[in-house]
Amino acid sequence: MSAALQNIAAVTGDLKALGSIGYGLAAIGPGVGVGIIFGNGTQALARQPEAAGLIRANQILGFAFCEALALIGIVMPFVYGS
Amino acid sequence: MSDVTTLAFETDCHIFDGCGFPAPGLHSFVFEPLFTVGGIDFNKPMLLALLGTLAIVGFFWAAFNKPKVVPGKLQLVGEAGYDFVRRGIVYETLGKKVGEKYVPFMVSLFFFVWMMNLWSIIPIAQFPVTSIIAFPAGLAAIVYIMWMYLTFKKHGFVGGWKNVTGYDKSLGPILPLVVVLEFFSNVLVRPFTHAVRLFANMFAGHLLLLMFTIASWYLLNDIGIAYAGVSFVMTIAMTAFELFIQAVQAYVFVLLACTYVQGALAEHH
Repeated sequence: MSAALQNIAAVTGDLKALGSIGYGLAAIGPGVGVGIIFGNGTQALARQPEAAGLIRANQILGFAFCEALALIGIVMPFVYGS
Repeated sequence: MSDVTTLAFETDCHIFDGCGFPAPGLHSFVFEPLFTVGGIDFNKPMLLALLGTLAIVGFFWAAFNKPKVVPGKLQLVGEAGYDFVRRGIVYETLGKKVGEKYVPFMVSLFFFVWMMNLWSIIPIAQFPVTSIIAFPAGLAAIVYIMWMYLTFKKHGFVGGWKNVTGYDKSLGPILPLVVVLEFFSNVLVRPFTHAVRLFANMFAGHLLLLMFTIASWYLLNDIGIAYAGVSFVMTIAMTAFELFIQAVQAYVFVLLACTYVQGALAEHH
């Protein structure tokens, strides 16, 4: 068991691109989140087209909050990387 | 293998030449100083920041120098920009009465952030100044100090802490949890995400543009030329996408600044 773990540790130590895997995992949540935001926003627009300005402003705000997490994910590998 | 810190155009190596892909990275954001003044290095991002500031000041000066009741073309554009921030952002969050005195600051903030973002796609410059963490961090620090000061000035010392921690006696047993969470959220997380949202957007956008541009150049060899064409199309598409994202990020930066000020000035229930 410990030999297999040592093997894995040795292999991943050589992998300098673990940051990209980290980002890929980090982008799952915000991907779903952005989809929910704009999906519900489109539905709201369809129900009440006269509220377009209000809905769009809230969509953009929600999108920015969600995107921030994905972008922190892309920056972290550079912070921790060599 | 090409040294990882040389810029792409300094080596003359393309695909199939035996040297590796000169990938962009953190080294793409470090610049040699153009000249040194009194111990301070003056490099390209600083030059772009200075030119951008002059451009904004020059534009608004020219637009509102001799204002007429029936506006000329430049004044029309200037008024449209000013009104966009005033009505669309400040009045929406802060209301007309309270918001009026914050409009000049928010207008300046919006156009400064947008101009600094725009340098990413302007030819020859092609570097977003806000992708250097110091610029967004400084702006977020200004907003942070501003709303912290406002909340303590309006509500006093105790009231200020109640506002910052979301203290509300009617919450009952979950009050300690709310106080701790709101404290971390307002005092620590908010300024951090405020700055990092803008920084990371511009950083990632610039890296994307760099990646496709370098790839277009690197693939120009034998069969790679077909792929270089695809990569170039992606560069154009990413540039258009960046144009949109830059405006959105400037808008969100100012929207959140106004929201924080509104939260600071809010009456406790």
